[in-house]
Amino acid sequence: MTMTEAAAGETTAVVEARKLGLTFQTNDGPVQALTGVDLTIGKGEFVSFIGPSGCGKTTFLRVIADLEKPTEGTISVNGMSPEQARERRAYGYVFQAAALFPWRTIAKNVALPLEIMGVPAAEQKARIARVMDLVNLTGFEKKYPWQLSGGMQQRASIARALAFDADLLLMDEPFGALDEIVRDHLNKQLLELWARTDKTICFVTHSIPEAVYLSTRIVVMSPRPGRVTDVIESTLPRERPLHIRESAEFLAIAHRVRDGLHAGHGYED
Amino acid sequence: MRWFTLSWQAVAAILLCILAGLLGPMTQPEMKALANPAVTIAYPFLNTKGLIFDLILGAAAVSMLRIPPLAAVAALAIGAHVAAWLLLTGIVGFEGSAHAPYYLLLAAAWLLAWRCVTILSELKPANRAANALLRLVIPFIFGVWILIVWEAVVRGAGIPFILLPPPSAIGVRIANSLPILAADVNQTIFKSVIAGYVIGCGAGFLTAILADRVAFLGRGLLPIGNMVSALPIVGVAPIMVMWFGFGWESKAAVVAIMTFFPMLVNTVTGLAASGHMERDLMRTYASDYTQTLLKLRLPAAAPFIFNALKINSTLALIGAIVAEFFGTPVVGMGFRISTEVGRMNIDMVWAEIAVAALIGSVFYGLIALAERAATFWHPSVRGG
Repeated sequence: MTMTEAAAGETTAVVEARKLGLTFQTNDGPVQALTGVDLTIGKGEFVSFIGPSGCGKTTFLRVIADLEKPTEGTISVNGMSPEQARERRAYGYVFQAAALFPWRTIAKNVALPLEIMGVPAAEQKARIARVMDLVNLTGFEKKYPWQLSGGMQQRASIARALAFDADLLLMDEPFGALDEIVRDHLNKQLLELWARTDKTICFVTHSIPEAVYLSTRIVVMSPRPGRVTDVIESTLPRERPLHIRESAEFLAIAHRVRDGLHAGHGYED
Repeated sequence: MRWFTLSWQAVAAILLCILAGLLGPMTQPEMKALANPAVTIAYPFLNTKGLIFDLILGAAAVSMLRIPPLAAVAALAIGAHVAAWLLLTGIVGFEGSAHAPYYLLLAAAWLLAWRCVTILSELKPANRAANALLRLVIPFIFGVWILIVWEAVVRGAGIPFILLPPPSAIGVRIANSLPILAADVNQTIFKSVIAGYVIGCGAGFLTAILADRVAFLGRGLLPIGNMVSALPIVGVAPIMVMWFGFGWESKAAVVAIMTFFPMLVNTVTGLAASGHMERDLMRTYASDYTQTLLKLRLPAAAPFIFNALKINSTLALIGAIVAEFFGTPVVGMGFRISTEVGRMNIDMVWAEIAVAALIGSVFYGLIALAERAATFWHPSVRGG
């Protein structure tokens, strides 16, 4: 598609999808969740997937995570199949809800992947302290999830995804259920975290400002069948204060995203 | 601010007292004594009748004054329970002779106790110890009044001992038969019930996990488990006696059969209780079956498993006692019940029932306590 994308693909492609398609067999017949997706995500990118519900953005993320199997085309994650990548714990996944275990304290929840991966206890402790600090939750280690607000729970779930230091972070509408103020705050923190850790982030959202504010690249998708309709390179600098959202450049990108959504959506039917 | 607060229980108690006073003699002998003033006839409540009226009327009146709740509680508790005590002790020796005023006074005393509990349950003490005490006192008063009414009605109406002995007689029987009761409890509870419960619950739990792990077992075993639960205990018990002999082993086998299925079904349901998102999460960590089971699915299943443990605690007791009807050494709660019924020693039957109820409650309570500790995180325990 673009020069940068081709270049990124040659050097360090984290995710590479070619003619990717996925058809669900449902009781009402087959549903094409994804079709003909060609996309390369390079190392260190922050890619947002935006589109109306049913456009396959979550499905695409789940295919990367090996939570769904594609029915057509190929996809590689870190140069291997998604299944191999999952077994090597190549990515951390943040779900729409925090999905913290209520019987574990916050620290224990963050320790969950480390316990499963057999990390020694002393190192677990150090890592928990580090990621709790990254998401500004230091001091809440002994609390139970239900004692924290929704925003804090979601931050804890991000800490859990960061705990085992995977280079790829997959986030499926992580802030969708939170109010605007908390969301702004967490967006800012997420950008800071991305700048500090140099991770590759795939971020599913249905909010245009959120996508434009966070991403280096925005993938616009449309439903029936789920497909990519536009890929927008962000021209915004990496350093992004919150008020950048009022700049003309920001609004221009947001406008292009909105146009892309309109073109693909087909409201006429 | 008025200097008194009306409560319908206290007012009703006063009205009942007035009605009792108007109706006159409380018992048959008192009526006779009034009819023949020349003859000296001993009759119940000769000296205490006035005191009973005073206690109830006084407590009712005092409780309606604007006084601290605890003072009202004390007045009501003393009034209601001393009056009840006088009624119960007075009727002894004159069973079956009570007239309406006796029951009216009993009802009045009961209303005062009701008022007392009402005030107590409205209290919101700040410290935890007082709260815990309150949580014990209220059901205790409730239980005491069940016994008081039982005792008073049985004695007042002269219900034949064989139909329903008064609780005091049952208490005396328990106190006099402690060694026998202890031997029976040891045989039935500590041998049959505990062994059968552990085997039945353990087998149900392990079968549920096997059925979850191996798909064909899930399809084949669960319907058979269902069939096991439908086996009638009165049919199974004699067969178990033939298989395992007259000792506690055959009773444990019956208990194991009874407790197996609730545990199986609840564990199977519980293992399916964890959410899709949580399971996907474990999958993203490439967690294996055992890890997912131990770290996610069993903790999520804990409320269901404890439910089965609670249901089974009462089932096990019933199973062991009934199974002893079908052949047993000359000891055991079920054996004792079946033989003492034949010998018309109904108080002994009641004594066994009381002990069984007590042990069943303790058993259930212990499991409920363990449940609170283990599933503290569940909304039903932590309260929302």
